[in-house]
Amino acid sequence: MSFISLSYLDVAISAVLLIVNAALSVALRLDLARRMSIAAARMVVQLVLMGWVLIVLFEQASPFLTTAAALIMVLFAGREVMARQKRRLAGWWAYGLGTTAMLFAGTVVTVFALTTQIRPEPWYDARVALPLMGMILGNTMTGVALGVDRLLTGAVDARVSIEARLALGHDRAEAMGGIVREALRTGLVPTVNSMSAIGIVFIPGMMTGQLLAGIAPMEAVKYQLLIMFLIAGGTAFGVLGAVLIGSRRLSDARHRLRLDRLSDLDAG
Amino acid sequence: MLSIRQLSRPGVAPFDLDLGDGECVALSGPSGAGKTLLLRAIADLDPNRGEIGLDGVPRESIPAPQWRRKVTYLPAEPGWWADGVGAHFPDHQAAAALLPALGLPPEALSWPVSRLSTGERQRLALARVLLLSPRVMLLDEPTSALDSETTVRVEAILKEHLAGGAAILLVTHTPEQAGRLGQRCLMIDRGRVSEGRP
Repeated sequence: MSFISLSYLDVAISAVLLIVNAALSVALRLDLARRMSIAAARMVVQLVLMGWVLIVLFEQASPFLTTAAALIMVLFAGREVMARQKRRLAGWWAYGLGTTAMLFAGTVVTVFALTTQIRPEPWYDARVALPLMGMILGNTMTGVALGVDRLLTGAVDARVSIEARLALGHDRAEAMGGIVREALRTGLVPTVNSMSAIGIVFIPGMMTGQLLAGIAPMEAVKYQLLIMFLIAGGTAFGVLGAVLIGSRRLSDARHRLRLDRLSDLDAG
Repeated sequence: MLSIRQLSRPGVAPFDLDLGDGECVALSGPSGAGKTLLLRAIADLDPNRGEIGLDGVPRESIPAPQWRRKVTYLPAEPGWWADGVGAHFPDHQAAAALLPALGLPPEALSWPVSRLSTGERQRLALARVLLLSPRVMLLDEPTSALDSETTVRVEAILKEHLAGGAAILLVTHTPEQAGRLGQRCLMIDRGRVSEGRP
């Protein structure tokens, strides 16, 4: 079996299916036609741009460019995490908390995989490093967004019970233990769920890609397992970091609950 | 014993206060005047400025959790962090011994929190504070949900603790209670503390 190359015409033919979507939207007055065309156009432009960027990155094989691309991915992931929060920390923290945690987790796990398991030559080869970082980051992002959101809403909802413990002389780790555990669990559950459903309910995207590229099934399985373990590790680091640092930020050295460090999203 | 100098926070103007052994000071004032804010500032639950010392030891030199076990705040709205009443009491034996004096059976320790009436919550929350044997109790309307008979019981226990040397700063809306328990009265209005009429 070998790789089947697609012509641009092949892609255009598949795009015909979008007309079904559009027709459906018009016939049933779903009012989606405009948004769907914009989304489809964005998808084409973004992916083609990414293709060009990857061509350049692969040719240059520069550690500097690869790192810069990874950094940009983290910055966008940070924006996404912030956008998914119902409540936010005030100031720089709203963006910084999730971004820092993902930068740390993504870097540690990606470098770990590149230097000890996959070992491309050179180790910063963008062909390996960027897809790897992307997959780890995408999943870590989901976990961090869920965990931080749960922590911040939990602190507000549980204010009375947290302060009851503080007033009785419990320290902040004890007083906030309940919401911290709840936030960690919320952030980690998607990884657990996807590990149990994978291979039965769905064939993961990367494995699909490798199978289409003509890789032997067991080779693709090994890669997928590796990626899943990396994702589990990255999510754990990211969620743990974001939730623990977030819970410190919501309290202070005098063991007070500092909800004044949240910005008022509910105002108005 | 407790000395407060120029304590202030947003919503409370700087004030001085001294509490001696066995002394109870009643604090009253209209809603929103800053009574709760003042108690929370003394317990160091919100950022605040000024100097506070207990028996000559400055507050900053004591870790905050330890300070709050000595100078303990009882909020008007008590909080619960577990489903069962018992989980909120580290020493069940001591709790079971105290509860009857508050008009509650020792079995209350096995009740679910969700089943408690407002008055039961109020007394159990007070029991949590009393069992810490703090030097100073900052009580925010501790009997507001109790009938007159139970109020008398609770006041009797508070008097016992006063006789044992503890001090109380008591927020109350009823002048009678201020008269029964307080040796002194303070008024607070729009964040300003002043000596009140006893």
